[in-house]
Amino acid sequence: MSNPNLAGLQRGSVAVVGAAESDLGQMAAGTQPMDLMAQATMRALEDCGLTLKDVDGLFVAATQVRMGPMAFAEYLRIKPKYFDGTIIGGSSFMSHVAHAQAALQLGLCNVAVIAYGSTQRSVSRAAASPRDFNPFESPYRPFMPSTAYAMAAMRHMHQYGTTREQLAEVAVSARKWALLNPKAWEKEPLTIEQVLNARMVCYPLTVRDCCLVLDGGGAIVMVRADRAKSLKKKPVYVLGTGESLSHANISSMPDFTVSAAKESGAQAYAAAKMKPADMQMLSLYDAFTITPILFLEDLGFCPKGEGGRFVADGAIAPGGKLPVNTSGGGLSYCHPGMYGLLVMIEAIRQVRGECGQRQVKGCDVALAQGNGGVLSSECTVIFGSESTL
Amino acid sequence: MSSLLEKSPLGVFQAHLAKGELAYQVCLDDNKPFFYPRAYAPVTGSENIEWRVSKGLGTVYTTTAVHYKGEPPLNVAMIDLDEGFRMMSRVEDIDSMQVKIGMRVKFRVYPGNDKQAPYPVFTPVENAK
Repeated sequence: MSNPNLAGLQRGSVAVVGAAESDLGQMAAGTQPMDLMAQATMRALEDCGLTLKDVDGLFVAATQVRMGPMAFAEYLRIKPKYFDGTIIGGSSFMSHVAHAQAALQLGLCNVAVIAYGSTQRSVSRAAASPRDFNPFESPYRPFMPSTAYAMAAMRHMHQYGTTREQLAEVAVSARKWALLNPKAWEKEPLTIEQVLNARMVCYPLTVRDCCLVLDGGGAIVMVRADRAKSLKKKPVYVLGTGESLSHANISSMPDFTVSAAKESGAQAYAAAKMKPADMQMLSLYDAFTITPILFLEDLGFCPKGEGGRFVADGAIAPGGKLPVNTSGGGLSYCHPGMYGLLVMIEAIRQVRGECGQRQVKGCDVALAQGNGGVLSSECTVIFGSESTL
Repeated sequence: MSSLLEKSPLGVFQAHLAKGELAYQVCLDDNKPFFYPRAYAPVTGSENIEWRVSKGLGTVYTTTAVHYKGEPPLNVAMIDLDEGFRMMSRVEDIDSMQVKIGMRVKFRVYPGNDKQAPYPVFTPVENAK
């Protein structure tokens, strides 16, 4: 099974050649989401030595810019030959990678930019990501998305004996990585006790079990493999992708302990002709501490139900058995609303060997797992260095 | 579902609720219950749908307590109804942290107001009259 949505995609046919964040944190008053998108895009083009004139494929998703490709093309005053505004939450950008690969392979475009920006810290989450009214959920006043992830955590705890301490371990591990990343928002150490005793948001999740709410953006540049070699940086090849939609509203999630990453991961492994043990670093969307636990299970790093025990005792922290979320993740590095692009940028940098103090030694293969909505959309991308082709 | 010009799935659901009934739908092509109410059955796409009234008994599938500032913790739970469908709701008459997975609960109507239509809530079976 390869990515069944895009069965013609060829392993390593395209590469990411440019990758950059915008400024991250709290922007100056009046900063617009597209200012951040543009900053990230120009930095990503600078990263590979291409210019705006080269860009003929545009992939945009943002909650504050509903018609992303149209608005961003206007901002840049470019006329992309190919564009895609697929918006399925934080995994949108992994989906864009698969779609960009298809467009590049078919010659529908030659230089694809995937971009994102958000000012959710400045304007508030409620203003940045207003939720659809749902007559079968809204009356109960769920605090979304936290309530949905809290209910998934509760079911996992009930079914498998996962503990709040194990959830907290995910946040503590992320913080240890963040302290090695100069771009991370959080600068102070964190203990399990501090996570457990922090302000409760939705039981069992405290504010330290929940991702940051920051302004920020990102962009990556993709070209076909033949062109990638002549650009500034070491190409990072797309070895495999997977995309899966499970539901939109949490009420319709079939099993709260199993995410669709099981399907997207299987697709990506098949396309990459690889298995979980081949992954040297994982970038797992950590909107909440329960999500990396579910993904470690669903992506095959431990049996179902063992995720909590797997992350205990620093297994995913610096020096642990499996490097996960080396940037510090959405929990401690940056989470600007739809975090998937930054999830991939860290995986790309690890394969490039650009991660300084937090660099995973000899990292040639990295898996990026995107998550959208309330465990609703799961998209996987496996990146590899030239040695993996 | 004859015509959406005449009645909507949500409208039928709310009309049942006004009579104190929790209604759900079954697709007669595959005999599967589903919720939320729809004009066409999921998977089959069939219009061959029957409305039924639930006995209102169910089990808590999962639960949480939402901590809004300046309010007591608010229960939000997923309820598996005995007829085989799941819905979001709230378990009342009990501290939100005492709502447990596996707890048996019974439906009742939460009365609406001018801003909010009535909606279904649940109470622990031992409290139900």
